[in-house]
Amino acid sequence: MYYFGTYEDRAKNFDWSISEKELEYKAGDVLNIGWYCSDRICKMGKGDKPALLWENQAGKEKRYTYHDVRRASNTIGAFLRGLGIKDGDRVCLFMDKVPELYIGFLGVLKIGAIAQPLFSAFGDESLFIRLNDAQTKAIITQRKHAPKVRKILDKLPALEHLIIIDHDPARPLGPREVAFSLDGAAPVETLDIFPTKAEMPSVLHYTSGTTGQPKGVKHVHYSLIGQYLTARWVLDIHDDDIYWCTADPGWVTGTSYGIIAPWALGATQVVLDSGFSAEAWYRFAEKMKVTVWYSAPTAIRSLMKAGDEIVKKFNLSSLRHLASVGEPLNPEAVIWSERVFGLPFHDTYWQTETGAIMLTNFPGMKIKPGSMGRPFPGITATVLDPKTYEPITEPGRVGLIAFQPGWPSMMRTYWNNEHTYKAKFKNGWYLSGDRARIDKDGYFWFTGRDDDIINTGGHLVSPFEVESALLEHQAVAESAVVAKPDEVNMEVVKAFVTLKPGFTPSPDLELEIMNFIRKKLSPLAMPQEIEYVDSLPKTRSGKIMRRVLHAKEWGEEIGDLSTLEND
Amino acid sequence: MDEMKDIVLKYVIAEYLEDDTQEITYDTPLISGGIVDSFSMVSLKRFLENKYKISIPDDKATPEAFDSVNKIVTLVREFVK
Repeated sequence: MYYFGTYEDRAKNFDWSISEKELEYKAGDVLNIGWYCSDRICKMGKGDKPALLWENQAGKEKRYTYHDVRRASNTIGAFLRGLGIKDGDRVCLFMDKVPELYIGFLGVLKIGAIAQPLFSAFGDESLFIRLNDAQTKAIITQRKHAPKVRKILDKLPALEHLIIIDHDPARPLGPREVAFSLDGAAPVETLDIFPTKAEMPSVLHYTSGTTGQPKGVKHVHYSLIGQYLTARWVLDIHDDDIYWCTADPGWVTGTSYGIIAPWALGATQVVLDSGFSAEAWYRFAEKMKVTVWYSAPTAIRSLMKAGDEIVKKFNLSSLRHLASVGEPLNPEAVIWSERVFGLPFHDTYWQTETGAIMLTNFPGMKIKPGSMGRPFPGITATVLDPKTYEPITEPGRVGLIAFQPGWPSMMRTYWNNEHTYKAKFKNGWYLSGDRARIDKDGYFWFTGRDDDIINTGGHLVSPFEVESALLEHQAVAESAVVAKPDEVNMEVVKAFVTLKPGFTPSPDLELEIMNFIRKKLSPLAMPQEIEYVDSLPKTRSGKIMRRVLHAKEWGEEIGDLSTLEND
Repeated sequence: MDEMKDIVLKYVIAEYLEDDTQEITYDTPLISGGIVDSFSMVSLKRFLENKYKISIPDDKATPEAFDSVNKIVTLVREFVK
């Protein structure tokens, strides 16, 4: 039986106080996510329940009960305090999916500091931009990722500590470096948890913008209210479930639903720290007896690509509820999962800025394959006319997806960028940047982005950021970056470049430029194709017309070319 | 064959290994081991195609086929004349 019940019953008289009551929170109380996700569960008598079952690609396993997570997060919190980290300081978590990442996140929050998780595949330039913007005080990382931090350390005077969780004692520590071993540290049984209040900052996630540098999305501890209830009703996590969120906590899904929500619910979650392999994923789901699985369309399409036969090698009968997030889930994927698992993937829609699920296919609700579903109770969602910013009332007309502000997990601002934050609101609506239509039954259907941002494998990449980095390559004179269709990742990055005099187009140069971006920014931002051109389409004022190149890639009408420079 | 293995191994070490103390062999899992992610696999495929003047079809360039230097060399040899 699902928690959700019927949509009409849940939507009627909905109030977020439902979540507050379940969490025993009252306005004005101390609200610290770190405490709610560990100490509170222990106080409820579930201290011996497994909180995290972890395994890596080499088959190494670790197991943590809620008591373990409580103590270990205390230990990390105390260690950070000992370094002089105070409430409000930014602490970056820059690690693979190791237990220290999950538990360290709680440790940072417990001392009132702000957790700043960053994807461990980020290159040094991506890392620098984000650490510099946040004026981050400490970074926790693994020795394999430390070289990228060392490379930019001189440019980051505010970064006082580079904490390495698996330091090799045979090697000397460099400037500002400090070794910390969770397994080797004396466990801290009791920690004075910082008395954060609802509106105090908790997490800083960086997301790409159309123009300018990435934006730091500031969330607060009150976000828990939204994350908790959406996980309970949409992901349907019960007390005896084994929950697997495949997202990396370097991104918002990995924190909202890969740390905060499951642990606030007192659930047992499993983590596989490994690259993608269909066989390894199925084997893990079978071994852990996963019941609730929250994944992403790119991963689902990769599993589809691996074929149906491989699924038959594993006993996946423990699965009972599947959900997806990151980009629109194509109807074929829903139909495929019903065929091979006997269960459909339920698409959910939300963003870094929304902090929690906004539109969704609820458990038990009729799924229309390809649809994003309906708004979560308490969420007022619509599509707006792009010219008037008024809600579109007739079904089927495409508009801008927008939400009425005020839900608990909504971002509170962009870090150091109030101007851009304010620009996200029009006519009293928060603009998501995505377009959709609403059918007569109230289901939302994604139609595309409203800007140039590239959604690759569920991760947003800014064309501006890639173009800027391309210009730093010695051979590149000009560049334009657009999305290119891709079967697995929905979109991938494609670059058009003109070369400086003295450089000749060649496959080797293309590979060199690809690797240059991969190391500087990230593998996600690496152009998967580079097209050499003699010139780029520009307006008469010299602005590159990305839309012309985008239309060419997608086989769309180019549209109005009256402002083209060389028409 | 061994020369090809060495070339691929050296390329993987130079391009994808962040930690210079980490040792990898011809059988070290590259994709499932998180050394080369699915996005970076595209650049590794491009390297092999440029180096050996071949074209590897997308349906052959699977995470499983790229999961170790030995597996990559087996794949490349299918296409090298």
